Amino acid sequence: MFAYIIRRVLYAIPILIGVNLITFMLFFMLNSPDDMARAQLGAKQTTPAMITAWKAEKGYDKPLFYNEKALGIEKVTDTLFVQESLKLFAFDFGRSDANRDIGREIRERMGPSLSIALPTFLIALVTNISLALLLVLFRGSMLDLSMMVAAVMIMSVSGLFYIILGQVLFSKLWHWVPISGYAHGWEGVKFILLPVFIGVFAGLGSGVRWYRAIFLEQINQDYVRTARAKGLSEIRVLFTHVLRNGMLPILTGVVVIIPSLFMGSLIMESFFGIPGLGSYTIDAINAQDFAIVKAMVFLGSVLYIVGLILTDISYTLFDPRVTL
Amino acid sequence: MTLHLLLTDILVWVLVLLFVLLGWRMGRSVQIRRTWHRIFRSKVAMASAVILLFYILFALLDSVHFRVDNANEKNALREGEIVSLLDLGMLHRKHYSERTYSAPFALREYTKSTVVDEQGRARQRYLPLCYVKDGDYIRQSVLGAGLGLLIALGFILVHWVWRRKREEETVLPWLSAYITFALLFMLFGCMYVMSFSYHVLGTDKVGGDVLYASLKSIRTGVLIGTLTTLVTLPLAVVLGVSAGYFRGWVDDVIQYLYTTLSSIPGVLLIAAGVLTMQVVMDQYADWFASTLERSDLRLLFLIVILGVTSWTSLCRMVRAETLRIAKMDYVTAARAFGVGKMRIMLRHIVPNLMHIILISVALDFSGLVLAEAVLSYVGVGVDPTMYSWGNMINQARLEMAREPMVWWSLFASFIFMFILVLAANLFSDRVQHVLDPRNVS
Repeated sequence: MFAYIIRRVLYAIPILIGVNLITFMLFFMLNSPDDMARAQLGAKQTTPAMITAWKAEKGYDKPLFYNEKALGIEKVTDTLFVQESLKLFAFDFGRSDANRDIGREIRERMGPSLSIALPTFLIALVTNISLALLLVLFRGSMLDLSMMVAAVMIMSVSGLFYIILGQVLFSKLWHWVPISGYAHGWEGVKFILLPVFIGVFAGLGSGVRWYRAIFLEQINQDYVRTARAKGLSEIRVLFTHVLRNGMLPILTGVVVIIPSLFMGSLIMESFFGIPGLGSYTIDAINAQDFAIVKAMVFLGSVLYIVGLILTDISYTLFDPRVTL
Repeated sequence: MTLHLLLTDILVWVLVLLFVLLGWRMGRSVQIRRTWHRIFRSKVAMASAVILLFYILFALLDSVHFRVDNANEKNALREGEIVSLLDLGMLHRKHYSERTYSAPFALREYTKSTVVDEQGRARQRYLPLCYVKDGDYIRQSVLGAGLGLLIALGFILVHWVWRRKREEETVLPWLSAYITFALLFMLFGCMYVMSFSYHVLGTDKVGGDVLYASLKSIRTGVLIGTLTTLVTLPLAVVLGVSAGYFRGWVDDVIQYLYTTLSSIPGVLLIAAGVLTMQVVMDQYADWFASTLERSDLRLLFLIVILGVTSWTSLCRMVRAETLRIAKMDYVTAARAFGVGKMRIMLRHIVPNLMHIILISVALDFSGLVLAEAVLSYVGVGVDPTMYSWGNMINQARLEMAREPMVWWSLFASFIFMFILVLAANLFSDRVQHVLDPRNVS
C-alpha cells in the first residue's frame, strides 16, 4: 500500500512535467518574453534596451530549452523552462502582473471557494443518491418516467440560465437573499444559500440519471435476487445491498473531484461575487494575466492527480478484493 | 454576387460530404441499416432527429456566403459586404435596426427619450419604432402558419409517395416525424411572415432584431457541436487504436499524452489556448480582410482548441475496446492468414468501434453547444462581434439588472438553445440505448 502510493506519486512527476511543458509552450513560445516586456512596459516608446533590462530583472533573459553558453548539465538546467518548472514544483507561483504574490492570494481565496463548493458537493451527493434510489424503488412507474423526462430537461438548460433566473427570482423579485457578496463566518451563510441551491439544482438532471443507471445495473444481479428470496423488503434490499454495492462505481466518479473542489466554480463565483479561486481565474483570464492562469493550470492538475490517487486508495478501503 | 466561402464554410461542407459518403457506404451493409432502424423506431428519436435536421438546415443556409458586387438602394446591401443565404432571406431585418430596446411586437421604444416639441419644450416620450408596420396580427400569423403548413405538407406528400413507390415494409414511426416537421414549418412560417411587420422577439441594446440574432446564432452553435468532432475523432481513433493494438512503448507514450492533457482542468486549458491565440491574432491583425473573416478564424481556432482538449476520454475508451477486440479469435485468425497490421486495424477493429464513436459524438454535441455559452461568458468563446447564444446571454445578464427588465434576449437565446440541446440529448439517449452492448436485453 505504502509502496504503491510512493509509486503513484513518482508517476505523477512526469505528468506534471508534461503539464508544465504544455503551459510553457502556450505561454512562452507564442507569447515570447519580448512580447511580454512590450505589453508590460506599454506599447509606446519601448527601446530594445528597456526590454533587455526588463527581461533581466524578471529573469526572462535565458534561452527557452537549451542554453549554448552554459557548461555541462547547465546547458539544459540553466534555461527558462527548467527554472520556471522548478519554481512551480516548489509552489512558488511568483507575482501577478499587478505585482501581488500569487501563492498568498491562492491561500486566501481557497476558503471562500470551499465554502461554496463543499456544501454544493455534499448536498448534491445526498440529494442525487436519494432521488435515484427513490426512482429505482418505483422503477417503471409514472413517477420514474416523469422524473426522467424532467432530468433530461434540467440537463438541457445552460447553467448560466439557472444562475440568472435564480438571481432575478430569489434576490431581485422576492428579496429572500442578497444578490451577491461574501462575508466570513456565520454572517456569510445568507450569501452562499443561493449559489449552493443553484449548483445542486443544475447538477440534478445528470446526477440522478447517472446514479439511477448505476443502481439499475446492480438490481439485476444475482445477489439481489437472493436477498429478495430471503424475504427482505425491497427497501432493505435497496439500502443495504444495492447502495453498498453501488458504492464502488460511485467512488470512481466522486473521489476524483474532491480535491478539485478547492478550485471552486468559475461561473458561480464570478456571478455571485465570491472572492474565491474561480473568480480569481476569470479575472486573470479577462486581464490576460498569464502568470495567474499558469499557476491555476498547475494547481488544477496537481489536485486532479491527487484525486486519482485518492480514488485508488479508497478502492482498497471499500472493496477488500482490490489489493494494491 | 460572387460565391465567397469562409474557412468554416468549407469545413462544414467537407463534413457534410464525409457524412453523405459514410452514410452511403454504411447503407450498403444490412447490419448497419438494421441498427439505424432500431434507433429510429422510437417516436422521440424520430421527432428529435427532425428538429436537429431543421437546425442543421439553418446552419447550412448560413454557411454559403456571397460577396456583394451589385449593391444598390433597392436590395439594401453594401458594396463588398459578405452575406449568407440566410442573410438574404432575412434582409428586411439585417440592416434596418432600431435605435435601442423594444419589446416583442412593440410599436414604440421600450424606454422614454427626450424630444423637443414645436413649442420648444422638452418632453419624455416613447418614440415610435422606424421599421414596424401595425397590421392585423391574427391574420398575418394565420397566413404564415398556413403557408408553412402548406409547404410542409408538400414535402411530406413527396416523401410519402416516394415511400409508397419503394414499397418498403417500414416499422418506423414516420407520423411523429411528419407532425414535428409540419409544426416546425408552421412555427417558422408564422414568425417569418410576422417579421416583415414586427420585431417578433424584440430588439437589443443597439436596436438589432433579436430573432435575426437568434437565427444567426444557430450556425455558431451547430458548428461548434459538429466541427469539433472533425478534430476529436481522428486524434482519438488513431491514437486509441494504435495504443490498444501495438501495446508496449506506443501504449505508454499515448497513455502519458492523454493522462497529461486530461489532468489539466478543461476550461483553463481552453482559456490558455484562446488567450495565446488572441495574442497571435493581435500581432498579425493585417491578415484579415474583414471583421467577419477575423471572427470566422477565431471560431475555427476555438473549434480546434475544443477538439484538442476533448479527445482524451474517447481515446481512453477506444483504447480499452481495442485491447479487448485485439484478443478475439477472429483477429488472431486474420493475423494467422498473414493479413497486414494496417488492414487488421482498418477492417477488423475500427468497424467494431463504431458504436463507441457514435455514442460519444452524440453525447458530446449537446455538451459543446452548452460549453460555448459558458466560454463566451468567461471571455474565451467566439468573437464578441459574432452572433452566438453565449454572447446573447452575456449581454442579457446586464439587461436583467435593468428596471424594468429586458427579458426577451435572454428568453430567445434560452428557447433556441433549449430546443436544440433537448433534441440532441433525447437523440443521443436513444443512440446510447440502442448501441450500448450492455442494453442488449
